[in-house]
Amino acid sequence: MNALELEDISCTFVSKGDATQRYTAVRDINLVVGAGEFVSVVGPTGCGKSTVLNVAAGLLAPSTGHVKVFGEALTGINTRAGYMFQAESLMPWRTAVQNVMAGLEFRGATDAAAQAQEWLKRVGLGGFGDRYPHQLSGGMRKRVSLAQTLVLDPDIILMDEPFSALDIQTRQLMENEVLALWGAKKKAVLFITHDLDEAIALSDRVLVMSAGPGSHPIGEFVIDLPRPRDVAEVKVVPRFVELHAAIWAVLREEVLKGYQQQLAA
Amino acid sequence: MWNFIKPRQSNLRAWQLGLLAAIFVFWHVATKPGLIPPLVFENDQQAAFFFGEPLKIFGRIWAWFVTNADIYQHLWVTLLETVLAFGIGTALGLGCGLWLALSPIAAAIAEPYIKALNSMPRVILAPIFAVWFGLGIASKVALGVTLVFFVVFFNVYQGVKEVSPVVLANARMLGASQKQLLRHVYLPSATSWVFSSLHTSVGLAFVGAVVGEYLGSSRGVGYLILQAEGAFDINTVMAGILVLTVFALLLDAAVGKLEKRLMKWQPKSGETEKL
Repeated sequence: MNALELEDISCTFVSKGDATQRYTAVRDINLVVGAGEFVSVVGPTGCGKSTVLNVAAGLLAPSTGHVKVFGEALTGINTRAGYMFQAESLMPWRTAVQNVMAGLEFRGATDAAAQAQEWLKRVGLGGFGDRYPHQLSGGMRKRVSLAQTLVLDPDIILMDEPFSALDIQTRQLMENEVLALWGAKKKAVLFITHDLDEAIALSDRVLVMSAGPGSHPIGEFVIDLPRPRDVAEVKVVPRFVELHAAIWAVLREEVLKGYQQQLAA
Repeated sequence: MWNFIKPRQSNLRAWQLGLLAAIFVFWHVATKPGLIPPLVFENDQQAAFFFGEPLKIFGRIWAWFVTNADIYQHLWVTLLETVLAFGIGTALGLGCGLWLALSPIAAAIAEPYIKALNSMPRVILAPIFAVWFGLGIASKVALGVTLVFFVVFFNVYQGVKEVSPVVLANARMLGASQKQLLRHVYLPSATSWVFSSLHTSVGLAFVGAVVGEYLGSSRGVGYLILQAEGAFDINTVMAGILVLTVFALLLDAAVGKLEKRLMKWQPKSGETEKL
């Protein structure tokens, strides 16, 4: 059974002040993530990648179409999914360990603190539990976010450019960590990124989105690189280079189109 | 020598106290009859009559607190009024602010009324409260509450509106119910705004209490000041003002201490921490 199915999803935003101002961000999205599959979505900036993820999370109701989670129609928040946001999402008034245990606490778990501490250790922050987010570096905060999402053991993990704000070394470390954690538990992952290297290195499948408005998938590539992978090493494998060239051929035109639109606007 | 007394971080307190002493010395020299020839007034009694004399003021305060020990009941009443007005006003402001910020329709309906009530000079209400609640502490508390309420209300309202949408979405994804969102996201986010308003509100609660006493009461520091004014006893008036100022500062410090405890998660600018 598929973990996540998006069927004919379209999202049209109406301007608050002027109802005639409409913008269709995404149109006719059909997307399937199998159980245990790692799927990445790449596309030019502003193509509505985050919109797709918000629909999958149940944070945004689509204008048309529907979402199925493990075969059941989604209404409201997708409770089987964990979401890692692009922007800072930790609660600044909670310490690292309190942030990690937040989800467990909301669910009324009794050993929340112990589990949270355990997960902090797993992401390499065992000694930083009593620190507030502003006392941690950007990379550490992302790791806390990762632990916060994974401690709930979600069946689907949604990630919205989670590492785009990190420097390249920290980023590779985090990507390897994600791969290791994913390899151990084999959850369904929907990963949004603008970085093609990252998408290929991590995924089983890469979807390419067209430039907006009315963005939709225009290409799908199965990544048949062997696992386990190391994100730094896999980039020099000939098959990686081939795949990169093939996907880039599709993506390049859309990136240019998106750039032209931004210049014209 | 200058290097030793030059103002810097470490002797800040000494400079502050020195400035205070200098003010009192100047005050004393300018008002003490017969000390210097009158410059502004016609005779040397008038400066003392209009501005009071620091030594007599301190004598008055000493008598109040030690020799006569008769200020405590008045001070107690004024402080009780202040603290009640502050507590009730803050709680009401917090509740209404949260409620209206989370319910846009209620906010839209109430908006013109809140604006009207806020722009009204609310001190005018004091005589009405005196009629409604009598000359006891209730009317003073009511006046203080109307002053404190709006400051806290607007800050909470703003605070809830400014909650980071990402933090909110994250909490929802983590499974927070509406009630848990209120408790774990909206409330903590609004508290930073509330605390910035509490320093103002403490002062306003005091204003409410003293103005209320001033307009009609039989106890309280405001009442003492009013009595003294009736007898042209400027020294007692000044003594009352000094006592009120000191207690306002103490209350403000208490709020500051509470703020420091509850807001320790907030980054302070320029803070570096050795790991």
